[in-house]
Order: sequence, then C-alpha cells, then structure tokens
Amino acid sequence: MAIAALITIVILIFLQNLLMPKYMSEILEGALISEYYSEDIKDHDVIFIGDCEVYENFSPITLWKEYGITSFIRGSAQQLIWHSYYLLEDTLKYEKPDVVVFNVLSMMYDEPQNEAYNRMALDGMPLSLSKLKSIKASMVEEEKFITYIFPILRYHSRWDELSGEDFKYMFKKDKITHNGYLMRVDVKPVTTIPRARKLPNYELSDICYDYLKKMTALCKENDIELVLIKAPSIYPHWYDEWDEQIEDYASENGLLYINFLKYTDEIGIDFQTDTYDAGLHLNLSGAEKLTKYFGKLLSDEFNLADRRDDEQLSKVWIEKEAFYIDIMEKQYAELEELGYIKAFNSKKNEE
Amino acid sequence: MLFTSYNFILFLVVLFIIYYLIPKKYQWMLLLLGSFVFYSYSGWDNVAYITVTILATYFVSLKIGQLYEQQDSYIKENKGSLAREDRKKYKAKINAKQKKYLLLCLLFDLGILAVLKYTNFVISNINSIGNLFKATEISFLDIALPMGISFYTFQSVGYLVDVYRGKYAPEKNLGKFALFVSFFPQLVQGPISRFDDLGEQLYAGHSFDYKNVSFGIQRILWGFFKKLVIADRILVGVNTITQNPETYQGIYVFLGMIFYAVQLYADFTGGIDITIGIAQVFGIELKENFQRPFFSKSIVEYWRRWHITMGTWFRDYVFYPVSISSPMLKLSKFSRKHLGEKLGKKVPVYLSTIIVWSATGIWHGASWNFIVWGLLNCLVIIVSQEFEPLYAKFHSKFNVRHNFFFRLFQVARTFLLMCSIRILDCYRNVGISFKMYFSMFTNWNFGEIFNGGLLGLGLKKSDYIVLIFGIIIMTVFSLIQRKGSVREQLTEKSDVLQYAVGIALFVSIITFGAYGIGYDSNQFIYNQF
Amino acid sequence: MESLIEILEELHPEVDFEEHKSLIDDKVLDSFDIITLISEIHEEYDVRVPVDEIIPENFNSAQSLYSLIQRLQDEG
Repeated sequence: MAIAALITIVILIFLQNLLMPKYMSEILEGALISEYYSEDIKDHDVIFIGDCEVYENFSPITLWKEYGITSFIRGSAQQLIWHSYYLLEDTLKYEKPDVVVFNVLSMMYDEPQNEAYNRMALDGMPLSLSKLKSIKASMVEEEKFITYIFPILRYHSRWDELSGEDFKYMFKKDKITHNGYLMRVDVKPVTTIPRARKLPNYELSDICYDYLKKMTALCKENDIELVLIKAPSIYPHWYDEWDEQIEDYASENGLLYINFLKYTDEIGIDFQTDTYDAGLHLNLSGAEKLTKYFGKLLSDEFNLADRRDDEQLSKVWIEKEAFYIDIMEKQYAELEELGYIKAFNSKKNEE
Repeated sequence: MLFTSYNFILFLVVLFIIYYLIPKKYQWMLLLLGSFVFYSYSGWDNVAYITVTILATYFVSLKIGQLYEQQDSYIKENKGSLAREDRKKYKAKINAKQKKYLLLCLLFDLGILAVLKYTNFVISNINSIGNLFKATEISFLDIALPMGISFYTFQSVGYLVDVYRGKYAPEKNLGKFALFVSFFPQLVQGPISRFDDLGEQLYAGHSFDYKNVSFGIQRILWGFFKKLVIADRILVGVNTITQNPETYQGIYVFLGMIFYAVQLYADFTGGIDITIGIAQVFGIELKENFQRPFFSKSIVEYWRRWHITMGTWFRDYVFYPVSISSPMLKLSKFSRKHLGEKLGKKVPVYLSTIIVWSATGIWHGASWNFIVWGLLNCLVIIVSQEFEPLYAKFHSKFNVRHNFFFRLFQVARTFLLMCSIRILDCYRNVGISFKMYFSMFTNWNFGEIFNGGLLGLGLKKSDYIVLIFGIIIMTVFSLIQRKGSVREQLTEKSDVLQYAVGIALFVSIITFGAYGIGYDSNQFIYNQF
Repeated sequence: MESLIEILEELHPEVDFEEHKSLIDDKVLDSFDIITLISEIHEEYDVRVPVDEIIPENFNSAQSLYSLIQRLQDEG
C-alpha cells in the first residue's frame, strides 16, 4: 500500500514537471519569478518589485557596470500589489537589501484580474506561507486554491500540446533574464498617444493602500529604504490625481517617490528609439538610459557602496555581463535576419 | 457540493477520518450531520423542503404503525371472544384509518414534488392553449428545484407505503429516519433505497475494514474515471450537435445519438459508482443500480438492467398496485366478457403499463419530451410483447438463440432502439426531436464527418483518442464484470495488478479528466431529476 | 391445484410447472405474467392477492402459489 502510494506520487511529480508550462522559448514572462530562487548569491543592495514596468525598464547589469550596485528585479507580468507584497515578504526570508523599489502602477487595480497573470506571478514561488497568503489574495472566481498547491490539477490538459521543450526543461530550466530584466532590443516608435479616458473616480482603493502600508511597515521593520517609482511608460495612463495621492502618501511616510514620467527629457529618453512597443515599455537602449539615471540617484541618496572591488561578486557579475552581451547580440542578429525577435513574436504582450 | 468538486473530496476525507475515530454508536449521527452539511451547501431553502418531507413522513408512518399495534393488541386481548367476522370488521376499520393517513401523507409528499417540478410545465401548457384564445399569459413560478427532490421523495413514499402494507414497523427515532431519507451519497441521483435494505446498515456502526475501504475507493476512482475522463469530455460534442439542430443533421444526429448514449452511461453509472463506493467506504452496502444495460438483448431486459432501483420502485409502488387494484380487476372481467378471452386479458396489463410509463416519463422531466419518451418506451414494450409468439416461432425454426452473432445483433438492435428513443432527451422539443430523427434517413451527408466535420464539434483529435481508449476500457471492464466483481477478480489475480490498475486509474483521472479551467464543471446529468 | 397449473401453462406452455421451483429467480415469470396470474386467480378462486404478497417466495413455484391462495382463502 505504502509502495503504491509512493509510486503514485513519483509518477504525479514526474507528470507535473512535464505538464507545467516551461516559458523557455515563448511567453518568457512566465519564467521570471522562479529565476530568483536559483541565484547562488542572494545578496542584493536593491530589490525591485512590480509589474512589467520594472522588469522591462531597469537593467541590473547596467546598475552594476556603472555604479557597482547589485540588484534583482522581482517582477512579473501584471503583478498586482498583493503579489508584490508577498513576494517581498518571501524575498526578505533570503536576504535584507538596503533599498526596495516598488513601481506604483498596480495601485490602480483593486481586485484580481486574470488567471494567467496570477499563474505567472505565483507558480514560480516555492511553497511558503507567503505564497499561500498571496494565492488567497489573488484568486479570481473560477480558480481553486488547491490547483496552486498541486499545479498538475491546473495544467493536466496540456498533455496534448507537449513539445520537446517540455521534456528538455522538465527538471532544469535555462536562464532567461538578467537578474530579472527581460531584454528586448527591437524598436517601435511612439506614433500616437491614446487619449486618457475620464474616470468616474480617481480615488485609489483602500485595499491597495492597505498593502502599500503593509509594505511600508515591512520595510521599516527590516530597516530597508522603500522607494516608490512610476516608470516612464506612457501607457497605461498615469493620472495626475493618482500621482498626487502617491505623492501625499510618500511625504506622510517619509518615502522617496519618483515619477519618471516627469523626467524623461532629463533622462534622455527618446520615444522614437527607446521603446519596443510604442511607449508601453522601454527597449534595451531606453532601459539603460533610465537605469543610469536612477543608479546615480540611488547611490547618491542612499550611500550605496560601489562593490566592484569585491572579488567574489565580480566573478559572478562578469559572467552575467557576458550572458547579457550574448543575448543582446543574438537579438540584434535575429532582428537583422528576420526583422523580429523569435521569442517575442508569437504573441502580442500588452502588459 | 458536486461530487467532482474539490470541496466534496475534502468533505469526504474529513468525514471518513472522523467516522472511524468515534465510537460506533455515534457513527450514524455523524452521517446525519454530514448529510445535513452536504445538503445545506445547495441552499437553506432546500434543507427546509427535505425537512418538511422527513417530518411529515415520520409522523404519519408512526401513526400508521401505532394503529397496527392497536389492532394487534386488540385482537390478542379478545382472542377467545372475537368471531372471525368481527375480527375482519375491526381490521377493516383500522385499515380505513390507516389508508386516510397514508393518502394524506402521499398527497403532501408528492404534492410538494408536483408543485415544485410541474407547476411551470402546467403553466406553459395553459399559456399555449390560452394563446389560441388570446388570453393573458400566466407568469411562471420562480422556484429552483431542490437538489435530489425526486429521489428523496420517492424513497420516503416507498417507506410510507411499506409501513402501511405492514412490511416493517416504522422507525421510532426521528434522527435515524432522517438519515435514511437524506443519506448524502445517494441524495443526488439515487439509487432509491428501501428501508429494509438500508436502515439497519446505516445505524449499525462499522469498524474499519480494509477490504471495504479499499474496494470502496477503487469503485469511487472508477466512477470518477467514467465521469471526468469520458462523460465530461464527450459532453461538448453532444451539446454542439443537439443545440444546433439547424446545422447538424443527418449523420450528425446519428453521431449525437451515439455520443449521448456514451455520455449518459458514463455520467450516470459513474455517478452511481461514486455513490456506492462512498457508502462502501463507510461500510454500507447500497443496491446496485445498473447491470451492464447496454448488453441487453431486448428493451424489457434493458429496463431490468438500467436504473434498476427506479424500475423496481415503479413496479412495486405503481405498476402492481394499479394493475391489481379492484377497478382494474373489474375492468379485466369486463373486457374479457366483451372483447374475448385473449384480447380482454391484455387490456388491464397494457393499461397499467401505459400508466406506469407515463409516470416514469413525467418523473424524468417536466416536459412533453419525456412524456413522449415514456410512451415510446411503452409502445416498444407492448409491441414486443405482442410479437412474442412470432419470436417463439422464429426461434423454433432457426436455432440461433445461442448463436454469438445473433446475440450481437440483438444487443446492437436494442442499443440503437434505445438511442433512438433517447433522442427526445437531447433536443429542445418533441417536434425538433422527430425532425432530426428523420433527417438521419433523408439527409445523406455521411462523407461530411470525415471532411473535418468530426473536428468541428468542439472535440479535438486528442479528445477522440482519449474517448476511444476510455470507451474500450469501459467495455473491457463490463466484459470482465460478467464473471463477477472486477475488483474481486483483480484481487484474486495478484495484489500488484490490483494496485497497478488503481494507480493507472488515478493518474489517468488527474491527467485526462475534463476538469478545471477550460472545461465547464458539469453537474451530473441525473441531478436535475 | 390443477386449475392453477392450467392457468400457468396457458401463460408459458413450454414450462413444466410441476417441477420448476424458481419461476421468479430464473425470470420465467415477468411482471406482466404476474398481474395476469393475479387477475386469473381472482377470477378462478375469488381471492385478491395483495401487493405485499408479490414476493419471489410466493411465486417461485406452482406449489407455493397454491399455498398462498389457500392461505388467502382461509383469511378471507
């Protein structure tokens, strides 16, 4: 009996690993969250949390190369504020950074949005109390808690769309990001800026404030500087009314809040060349410009030490730089040859 | 709480653990509590309905039982002095009282069922007649049918009639009686149990028995396999065809018929497997409800093997009482005198048959579809009864009764006949059902299904592969079952084999089950009855 | 008893009712036969077989059916 149970469990674990999506050659955003946990040295000065406006717009490699700051982006597609909070809680179990940077765009969502994004934010986390709480906070109506504990219950029907990739990456995955940064080198200039719809209510919701407060408290407890930012993506529209509320919150709590939308000229962002999807996200060139600007600010404001002298760290980061350049060159080559980048061509990624 | 929901599985596990931890004398109370929890999930108003039925049936059956006791003690007391005539008179007096109570309670129990289930059907019929005269329409009653009402009402009625007939004394403990009516595994879709089969088992107390528990779990797994891997998968195809009668005609109707047969079988027998398996895990043996019905060689045999507890319920509580009631016996006398011995004898039998099948039809659903469905079943049964002498002649001439191919022919004929009648179960109304049925013979579009038609029904190639394997497995299990319980046979062969089958079933349910996001969670078909 | 056998043979000429002891269990008699039987018995012996007496034990053989009739006549 016990043996039968054991065999069943082994088979199911095997199947679960096989059936879960791998996100290795498309929908790369799905691979973001889990990458952090396979980092050898979890010692970062700065942790970014937030949605695509962090993992597409900031480059930790640049931050290292320019300022010797170590950082990791814990971003995922349409990461909502409860995801962010619990992700931070989880991260703090592994390390205590000096600064946590949170992108405030998700303050606009006060309820769970979409099963697929929940999955991308949650499946990559190892089982922990934070994860369980995050699941509970995130589920949309059609979702079942247990399917997060046993993802095979969610992905079982993928058996008829398995590919070589699913077998290849069953137990070990490739690295996709550069400390959480998902690189894109292609360009799609801004042509028109969609007009912002009038909203019936500009009040950011209480639920979001609750999580923001919890996040503020958590950082305070751990002696971490919390920095609120709004990345310079011109869409979705960041309303002035929202900006004021965040401004107020920051000053009440003694936090630094930077709305980069106001500094695009200073940063030098050119929306004709620095975005890959007409203004939603920056491309590599834009991200590097923004990172350089922000890095200076960070090291000035918070006295972050330049750690490029640290031999052990340098060794790791040299490898990371090489990988960064490698991917960059591959993307340029694909772009030249095909006119697009394979990994990002299969679907329109809107967020 | 659906059988196929995670909540239900959790509920079962918790109940199971507590059940075998507490002293045996409290086990039945736990089952009652569990049934109550299970039922309250479907809404408190539903709890109210079942409670009312339980209370009414309980008190009336007690009263009838008391009258029996009164009668017995009276006869005993006056044993010497009572003349036979007087005794008869006294019995008749008591019986008349009992009858009054019986009728009152029947009217009440069945009345609730009738009002909830048939009011809107009656209204819609009145409205369509009213329309002819331009009358204003009556608005529909806005009540959802309580879960399992047909089943618990029938079970209560059977109990009440049995008490009235003196088959057994009424249960004195209200809680115990309530458990008999509301025992949760069978509440949703049967089987319809009899008190003398089930009662004692529910109250007896059971110690943990490895074989019962493991057999029960195996049975549950088998039920889930049928329900999740087969029924819920093929359902998409059935719905696509039957809900778009303009698009899918001819060969598609045939395909829909076969699909529906598979779906209904896998869904209903799978549900019953789960029910019986759960009861077995608790050490309780429920009556079987199916006996490989699709292997039947005639429609009469089919109805002996399909939904058995419903068939025997109708036989014992409708067919027999009606057919040997004194008006019927009088009719028999009359018709024999006027129509001749041969024909006259048949009149009461067939009349009773028609009554029973109309009742069976309307029980299945409040619509003309089901009434016509019932009457068609009835027609086939009567016709085959009439052809009996012809068959006998045929068989005396050609000795094929035991010929494999002839039997295969009989099985196929019965299957297709039942599929044809069941078409009324699929389409919106009687007219469309018949139109679609005849399109099979007029619309020759056989080629279409292989020109992409099959893949246009919402089923992918992989779905067909799973379905084909699933159906083969079901058939093989049925064939093995002819020699007795599959689980017994597996255990006898070897433990390893038994475990291997168990593991394979479990893993296939998890992997190939049509559940979760992307599939609608489907209620068991029989839930609605 | 003889008239009962006659009634039975009329229903199923191919069965030896003197010998057969499991008419119900072997499915020789179906529910149609049973109600036909009951109405014939009503005719012949002037007893009504009540529904609760329709149990296999009473109908499995001609002998047991006959004793049922006698019992009912006695109680009459």
